[in-house]
Amino acid sequence: MLYNAFLQAIREIKRNMMRSALTAIGIVIGIASVIAMVNIGKGASASITQSVSKLGSNNLLILPGQTRGGPGGASSFAKPFKPNDLNVLKSSINTLEAVSPVENTSMTVVYKDQNYRTNIKGVNNDYFTVQSLEVDLGRKFEKSELRTGQSACIVGKTVVKKLFAPDENVLGQKIRLKNFSCVIVGTLVEKGANTFGGDQDDLILVPTKMFQRRISGNNNIHMITVSVKKNIPLEEAKLQIDQVLRESRHIKANDEADFTILSFTTLLDTISQITAILTVMLGAVAAISLIVGGVGIMNIMLVSVTERTREIGIRMAVGAMAADILIQFLIESVVLSALGGIVGVLLGLAITYGVAIGLDIQLILDPSITVLSLLFSMLIGVIFGISPARKAANMNPIDALRYE
Amino acid sequence: MIKLAGITKTYGSGEVATQVLKGIDLQIEKGEFVAIMGPSGSGKSTLLNILGALDVPTEGDYSFMDTNIRGLSKDQLALFRRNILGFVFQGFNLLKKTSALANVEMPLIYQGVSAKERHKRALEVLSSVGLQERVDYDPGQLSGGEQQRVAIARAIVTRPKVLIADEPTGNLDTKRSHEIMQLITGFNREGITVVMVTHEEEMAEYASRIIRLRDGMIEKDGHHAV
Repeated sequence: MLYNAFLQAIREIKRNMMRSALTAIGIVIGIASVIAMVNIGKGASASITQSVSKLGSNNLLILPGQTRGGPGGASSFAKPFKPNDLNVLKSSINTLEAVSPVENTSMTVVYKDQNYRTNIKGVNNDYFTVQSLEVDLGRKFEKSELRTGQSACIVGKTVVKKLFAPDENVLGQKIRLKNFSCVIVGTLVEKGANTFGGDQDDLILVPTKMFQRRISGNNNIHMITVSVKKNIPLEEAKLQIDQVLRESRHIKANDEADFTILSFTTLLDTISQITAILTVMLGAVAAISLIVGGVGIMNIMLVSVTERTREIGIRMAVGAMAADILIQFLIESVVLSALGGIVGVLLGLAITYGVAIGLDIQLILDPSITVLSLLFSMLIGVIFGISPARKAANMNPIDALRYE
Repeated sequence: MIKLAGITKTYGSGEVATQVLKGIDLQIEKGEFVAIMGPSGSGKSTLLNILGALDVPTEGDYSFMDTNIRGLSKDQLALFRRNILGFVFQGFNLLKKTSALANVEMPLIYQGVSAKERHKRALEVLSSVGLQERVDYDPGQLSGGEQQRVAIARAIVTRPKVLIADEPTGNLDTKRSHEIMQLITGFNREGITVVMVTHEEEMAEYASRIIRLRDGMIEKDGHHAV
């Protein structure tokens, strides 16, 4: 009986091809958007996670002040770190592989008649470890340069390209920053753009000491990055840093610290929270379009039941029970919405594929959402098909036969 | 085989109530060919619908081979129609855009007959009504007489005990009408009881018994030699 009802449904849908196709479009769009939203959401989330962990999953960022809700929240009015804070970190914690202050500014640099605005970072040699930077030509900073703050620059490839001719010798040249000049002692190996599109080669590294003397004019430190040794849990390192800094900054154990230790896993959590919320919201929008599609199916099934009143009468006369008629119309709406679901899945996968290639994010095709969507489209067929089917099944045979 | 006692049928209620059947007592034996005649409004179609279990009487008893039809549920009535009765209507009532073969197979689907067996039996019955060349035609491609023959094939494919025919020749010309009546007479001779409503004396002549209704009552009930 079910098989025959299925065949009958296929025949009925074919008979009204245009109408069936238009009706199913609602479901097609709904299912396609659910599939695309969920898969693209997952792909984007995976891509972001991957690129964030490339930034250094064993790195910690120490900022003055308290942050709430992400790294952007640190107040610049908070009491900055002093050289002593840095020294105690280096000397009293053995779980850290590298500790580097990072002072940041943006400045125009001049070489001959060329000038270019770039990022100036005041760091020490540990910064290379933390950021996985490598020297291409020349060398890192020498001890004396770090200690005295004499002028020495290590430049990124973008800066080299902007200021120098292609074959020009860069090492030993003097570039001008503001009102002082700086000798180039090294260049950095090119890193290219990061996932967020930022140019990682658009920078000049100078010793922190020089930055403080020539640019900021004080010995404040506004950011410290550290790299935790492999196999040491980040949380353990965090606790140690917290303890040491509280001591050196004279903060009682019960008071709130005036600094924040951020790990990229914190950042990762925030990002995955945001993407999860976005995925749910987009999914909800898609689900609404599915309901709209379901209403479309209900509408056309009601029309179909009215149109085929005579047929229902004939079927009842030859002995169809109410349940037979119910099943026939229910299966028809389920088949209609499931066909829409199948086309929707294919379309959704195609959209996912296109977007993943186009936006260069990971292609993740979740099989569970595909199966779930198909089942859901059939469920919609049942939910929105039941009322028209019952209308058909409850007809009185003699009235249905007389219907004109 | 069929026994009606005190059957009444009233449509509507209160002041607008119309009593269409006013107490029908009737007995039909196995193998009879009964024609029900009467002017329009006499209640002959209503009576036929009650006999066909498509409609239920307001009062009275209807028993079929000792089964009380009035006591049956909707589903049981469906089973009664499915397994015992066959219907032929004035307007043919075939499924549109569905081949003659599929139309004839349709009642067998509800009987749960296998696809192969359905196909075989439908082809057999279609050739017994002379349509072996037309099995793949849709009703729209068939003449009125051919459509009614498909309808008869559909009615008898389930091997019913009673054939209920409501003005089977009402939409046909005289020549086709006689062809159809000959077919029905043939199946009657094979043992199927036939109850037919008609208003054409000429067609009623095929029956072995004519029941005349007037104003919801049996006016005359008589056998005649064929």
